[in-house]
Amino acid sequence: MKKFILALLCVALFFGVSAAGALEPVAPKDLKVGFVYVGPVGDGGWTFMHEKGRLEMEKAFPGLESFFVESVPEGPDSVRVMETFIRNGARLVFATSFGYMDFVQEVASKNPDVVFMHCSGYKSAENVGNYFGRMYQARYLSGLVAGKMTKNNVIGFVAANPIPEVIRGINAFTLGARRSNPDVKVKVVWIFSWFDPAKEKEATLALIDAGADVIGMHADSGAAPQTAEEAGVYVVGYNNDMSNYAPTRHLTAPIWNWGMVYETIVGQVVDGSWKSSDIWWGLKEGLVELAPISSKVPAETVALVESERTRIVDGSWDVFSGPIKNQKGEVVVKEGEKMTDGDMLGMNWFVEGVEGEIPQ
Amino acid sequence: MKYRIVFRKRFRTGMIFEGVLPVLSVLAALFLAGVALMFFGVSPLEAYRAMFRGALGSWYGFSEVLVKTIPLVISGVAVGFAFRMKIWNIGAEGQIYMGALATAAAVRFLQSSSQFSMLLAMAVAAVIAGGFWGCIAGVLKARWNVNEVITTLMLNYVAIHLAEYFIYGPWRDPSSLGFPMTPPFPPSARLPQFLDTRVHLGIVAAIVLVLIFRLVIRWTRWGFEIRAVGENPKAAEYAGIRYGRNVVMVMFVSGAIAGLAGMTEIAGLQGRLQPGMSPGYGYTAIIIAWLARLNPWGIIIVSFFMGVLLVGGETIQVIMRLPLASVQVIQGCILFSVLAFEFFRNYRVLLVRKERN
Repeated sequence: MKKFILALLCVALFFGVSAAGALEPVAPKDLKVGFVYVGPVGDGGWTFMHEKGRLEMEKAFPGLESFFVESVPEGPDSVRVMETFIRNGARLVFATSFGYMDFVQEVASKNPDVVFMHCSGYKSAENVGNYFGRMYQARYLSGLVAGKMTKNNVIGFVAANPIPEVIRGINAFTLGARRSNPDVKVKVVWIFSWFDPAKEKEATLALIDAGADVIGMHADSGAAPQTAEEAGVYVVGYNNDMSNYAPTRHLTAPIWNWGMVYETIVGQVVDGSWKSSDIWWGLKEGLVELAPISSKVPAETVALVESERTRIVDGSWDVFSGPIKNQKGEVVVKEGEKMTDGDMLGMNWFVEGVEGEIPQ
Repeated sequence: MKYRIVFRKRFRTGMIFEGVLPVLSVLAALFLAGVALMFFGVSPLEAYRAMFRGALGSWYGFSEVLVKTIPLVISGVAVGFAFRMKIWNIGAEGQIYMGALATAAAVRFLQSSSQFSMLLAMAVAAVIAGGFWGCIAGVLKARWNVNEVITTLMLNYVAIHLAEYFIYGPWRDPSSLGFPMTPPFPPSARLPQFLDTRVHLGIVAAIVLVLIFRLVIRWTRWGFEIRAVGENPKAAEYAGIRYGRNVVMVMFVSGAIAGLAGMTEIAGLQGRLQPGMSPGYGYTAIIIAWLARLNPWGIIIVSFFMGVLLVGGETIQVIMRLPLASVQVIQGCILFSVLAFEFFRNYRVLLVRKERN
């Protein structure tokens, strides 16, 4: 009997201790949530979609309060923004750009009772989780469309910063484009900024001058689609359905659906079940999607997109399955092999068919 | 009988007037911005209270204002120094980047476990790099009379791209999964922070630099030469003051100080070199130096004021749910009216009776 009580005590102690480390449930009306945005909410792209997700989250949890600060530089200033949230009652903070990573860690270590979720980074802690999406899957599908629609076999790609996220997207896009048209080349221009409509436009024009008749993009605003519309070339948007920027030239766009992440995380914090983890959802979960495809795209291509989509969603195939060659023509992923998540997260090389350099 | 308005240049500005004017201009700015805030559907008084409380209402807010003030004061002194001689150094931003880059180089190649020697090496590297960057424009100006506004401005882009080359390339942290940043600095290469705030040792550097600025300009022969050239380069030349040598020296010192701002910023706050390490301190410094009328104490006051605007601006975004643009409108209104009141400092506005015929 004594032993039994002792064992019970041990169990109680164990759970007691771990409960002290975990979070207590909190009613939505007592929860305040802060969002750190890298661009303005009116950017029409990246931050706009996070803002949309935030509003969906507010709707899903009546009484919950949330606030944001926009255009926060990815530097030490972000620490103060997060501290300001916490000092105004926030218990959950979403930092929505890669550059906040170290600063999230800094603030999190000083505020152990606040939950932090960092978008697109890789450092976690007891109270810091990461979230991102397998955008490469939707990018691959958009590549299938782009490859079909080019006549010159040259696709231009306006690319923000040479980091694995963007490189992965360009590779997936290129694999898709070459699947539907093996002669396609994808020319990359780096703009070294997430949000800079002027540079986005300039890069688009440069690519069109270099012969591109379809433009793909990874940047935060709608400047590239707008420019493509003016120049009369097709464009694949990004972040959200950018067809209002390019009404006649928009083919499709890989898009984000952040609301589901925000609702899930808030739900976990509300019922006290949140634990630090890394979310990397894809087409299957619905965090990434493909915007409606333009009626200008032939039906066979739409059908191809649909069938490729099905085998990605049911898990029988993924984009970075071999054989995949790099720019030099060397096989990097062998036939029958698949890249691991770790390799994809650190991707730092271009696949065959990409014309451009990764600054090393 | 008809009247007309005339503007007459002031030869002297009264002491009281000098003191009252800034206060008046800030009040006018708050009124102006208040009208704008009403259009956003927000009570201006509440917004100002939130702004004030966010920046100065707590020890934390105050400490963060100081954190923001440090790089602004240092780079304000840097450009102020050059402006004193009417050398328009628009290149503090690039000099900050060069200083930061050299700091990262020192950390990379001169590992030392002694914090003192490590920090000293970093500071020296930053000063040399920033000074060198300033010197380029100085030499071009002295030898070939190349407009320094253009060269310093252009060199900003070169410096930023140079820093990015190393961050994206050879100095990238191998454990960063390909993300652009240098490896974190070891503890010995970090400037100590005070208590549990982020106010770092850079604040001492800032104060010392302000004192030196004051001493050099006011009490040394070189300072006299700088002022003389600034007032009238031709006359100074006749008096035997060598223009070219002074241009190069002033640009070196100006760049060196800005370089130091880069060093304190990354050694005090970031602890590694990342793209975008300066959110435009070098450009804000120009506004600061002007608003302070190149007065050393003024630079401290204006920098602090800017810090309050920036820190308080974040608080009203959080509390009042205002978009960033509205905060920038407030900040713009304040700067605008401060500059507008400069006019009244220089000119008297008189109502004069029109004479017949």
